[in-house]
Amino acid sequence: MAIDMSQFYQVFFEEAAEHLADMESLLVEVDIGRPDPEEMNAIFRAAHSIKGSSGTFGFNDMTEVTHVMETLLDMVRKEEAELTSDIVDACLDAGDVLRNLLAAHRGEGEANREAAADICERLEALCKAAGGSSMQEGQPAGQTSAAPAAAPDAAPAGRPRYQVEFMPTDAAGRDAEVMGNLHQALAELGALDVLENGDTGAARLIVETGAGREAIAGLVEFLAQDGSLSITPLEAPSADAEDEAYGFFDAEPPSSPEVDSADDANGAYGFFDAPAAQMDVGAAQIAQDDEDGKYGFFEAVQTPADGTEATNVTPFEKPTQARTEPSQPDRAKDKAAAPARGATKGGDSSIRVSVEKVDQMINLVGELVITQAMLQQSASEIDPVVFERLMAGLGQLERNTRDLQESVMSIRMMPISVVFSRFPRVVRDISRKLDKKVELKMSGENTELDKGLIERITDPLTHLIRNSLDHGIESPERRRAAGKPETGTITLNASHQSGYIIIEVGDDGAGLPRDKILAKAKERGLNVTDTMSDADVWQLIFEPGFSTADKITDVSGRGVGMDVVKRNIADMGGSVEIESMAGVGTRMTVRLPLTLAILDGMSVAVGKETYVLPLNYIIESLQPETAQIRTLSEFGHVIQVRGEFLPVIRMHEVFGVQNAETDFMKGLMIVVEASGTKVALFIDALLGQHQVVIKSLDTNFRRVQGISGATIMGDGQVALILDVSGVIAMSRGQTALAA
Amino acid sequence: MLQQITGSSPAAMGVDVAQDALGAQEFLTFTLGEEEYAIDILRVQEIRGYDAVTRIANTPHFIKGVINLRGTIVPIVDLRLKFNLSDVTYSEFTVVIILSVAERVIGIVVDSVSDVITLSAEQVKPAPQFSSSVEGDHLKGIGTVDDRMLIIIDIERLLLSRSMGLTEGSVQ
Repeated sequence: MAIDMSQFYQVFFEEAAEHLADMESLLVEVDIGRPDPEEMNAIFRAAHSIKGSSGTFGFNDMTEVTHVMETLLDMVRKEEAELTSDIVDACLDAGDVLRNLLAAHRGEGEANREAAADICERLEALCKAAGGSSMQEGQPAGQTSAAPAAAPDAAPAGRPRYQVEFMPTDAAGRDAEVMGNLHQALAELGALDVLENGDTGAARLIVETGAGREAIAGLVEFLAQDGSLSITPLEAPSADAEDEAYGFFDAEPPSSPEVDSADDANGAYGFFDAPAAQMDVGAAQIAQDDEDGKYGFFEAVQTPADGTEATNVTPFEKPTQARTEPSQPDRAKDKAAAPARGATKGGDSSIRVSVEKVDQMINLVGELVITQAMLQQSASEIDPVVFERLMAGLGQLERNTRDLQESVMSIRMMPISVVFSRFPRVVRDISRKLDKKVELKMSGENTELDKGLIERITDPLTHLIRNSLDHGIESPERRRAAGKPETGTITLNASHQSGYIIIEVGDDGAGLPRDKILAKAKERGLNVTDTMSDADVWQLIFEPGFSTADKITDVSGRGVGMDVVKRNIADMGGSVEIESMAGVGTRMTVRLPLTLAILDGMSVAVGKETYVLPLNYIIESLQPETAQIRTLSEFGHVIQVRGEFLPVIRMHEVFGVQNAETDFMKGLMIVVEASGTKVALFIDALLGQHQVVIKSLDTNFRRVQGISGATIMGDGQVALILDVSGVIAMSRGQTALAA
Repeated sequence: MLQQITGSSPAAMGVDVAQDALGAQEFLTFTLGEEEYAIDILRVQEIRGYDAVTRIANTPHFIKGVINLRGTIVPIVDLRLKFNLSDVTYSEFTVVIILSVAERVIGIVVDSVSDVITLSAEQVKPAPQFSSSVEGDHLKGIGTVDDRMLIIIDIERLLLSRSMGLTEGSVQ
């Protein structure tokens, strides 16, 4: 295709990725013995949408794969072939291949052509095995890329006519070539009449085609502004119309004459009362599906806010019911309404907004919060009786600001199901590879956390799950011998707990082998004793290169990973805890802050300067007594806290602060732990606990050792946020220089 | 900034920004001790008083720290310290020029801001080649207005140089 479609690629990439994800989750869930027709339809439609749009964009490799898959799925859907686990496997693998191809088109990585060819063969073989003459749709649509859903040729006279109206997107409307190509592509579907070509406003076209509304929608939708596309069938084209399915669509609630006339006819009906034009597309497809006169009677529930996506609308009446009771549309309507309602739940009404815009908004609100805090502080000096109304206004401002901040922050929040949804597949694949029987139980999928965290938590969580599968759950034989059910269980649970999100990955497997870990640690020369507490022993598995696996498999055992998991989680300001009991199971608990933009901090004074210490590093603070502090020759001081000797870091020395407290007895010690090291920071005083908005230092400056960022305090002053690991490293450097 | 400073050779001088048809260019002038300096006006974002700077440990002495400029964290450099002036005091008259250079916002402390002047191409003489505390590289030329002598510096080059320690990878 010669058109420069690149401006629409991003939309395609995003949509295709979503369709792939939908398809995969449906495939994993599908009940092989008794597939739900609704689900099969949804899977089919996902594949079909990818095929259609990839064809439009000329990504023929993707079109070919989806075409074969679609053929296979179509047979299953029409109950011509039985769903087998082979088919599900092949479709899942095809999904992977498509993802690879998609990534290659995006410019990330190489397309694996061999895999694509292999999967096509595999799917075709399944088609043949399942139903023989399956390739009814002729040659793969890849060859006819402009018309992906080229339909069997209906007699020209019998082709339905559609009126297509849409507002072209700015980019498309300006470019005569793009529109020209669209016209050409539409003309290939059948006959085309251009009423208005859309270079100034809305485009209006009449298309006469047997390919169906969906084929038209597939071509036009990328050039039309969101929601502006409407495709309306015109008058019935042929005399034998009564035998055909009708698609009657009414985009607006007040019924039109068309609808009334449809009620009177005794042919088949497709009756849709859709809240949005968008739904028409899905509805048309259903009507199209029922070419031999099945009945579909739908009234989409009036939930405009739900903006149900076309692909989610799956009401589908059994022909027999409708045929025997054509005069009782209400009953059919009720039945259809139920699945429709179910579908709306899954569909989400959302708008795509760039993360940049949201972040900008969050920044602005952050500033508003600071300004509000400044006002509050100035107001604390005035007489509340004299300025009663001002004070009341400030109080209200505070509440409103806080509400605004919360709701703005919630824009970035996404349910963790985005991450969880990939795990059924991971568990399925790995448990097969390892010959284990595993069931995955998930709960709390709707727990929300920051989008930035969602992206970064995926890999660590996947690793924890693989770990549970490989090391936790035993083989069925061993489980039987231990008196446990053959099928192991992995639980994945997310919940909120006082400003943190807790994600638990649990298994009912063998538990961590304490002796083995200790033996391995000794072998590696780590500092361990047999009397260590369990919790300390479990932490050893986070050591770099640590693995107790007897042999290396491609699932795990190389000893890379757990240390990365821990580091990644620590980078997000979180922590991992392990609980384990031999023979009962293991539970790993990941604790993360809700967002990256805000931090719970303790502000501390060193001399006249204020620093913010992230709360999650702090273990305790104490007023030192003379007897607790010892000098350790020239290396500085140590403090004895509950039997442990911790090195003392004098903050004023590390940061070169003038006029700070140097007498240990007059200041405070804060015990902190970072990257497995505990130290005591000597500071002048604690100032208070705040939630602070993190600002980056390197936007206008650069990174500074010992400082992870900056924040603006209530009085408008900048305070620096301490990077505890950095401070420890700095003090070590200084001690090394002094020694 | 639409145009980028391309080079420091006298030939490239004065052809970069804010130039009208006659080759004239506008400069903001300020004093550091006895000397008068001029910088390209288009780099200047605002001028404000010096206050409430948060010190950052272990940075060069001429980096005074960071301030909160309406929610943005902005580093402040004292050019007087950078140019080794002897008499450095901070009073209510101490002025900070907020500059926007290479997509960063950086403040510089100077003794006082004088005025905005327009220099035509013939008023600007090439800088003599010598090394000084203002390394030759940042010196764009010498401007003359009546009997005043203005040292024209390429502020972007100066602030982003390694010796300033303001950017990643610069000397700590």
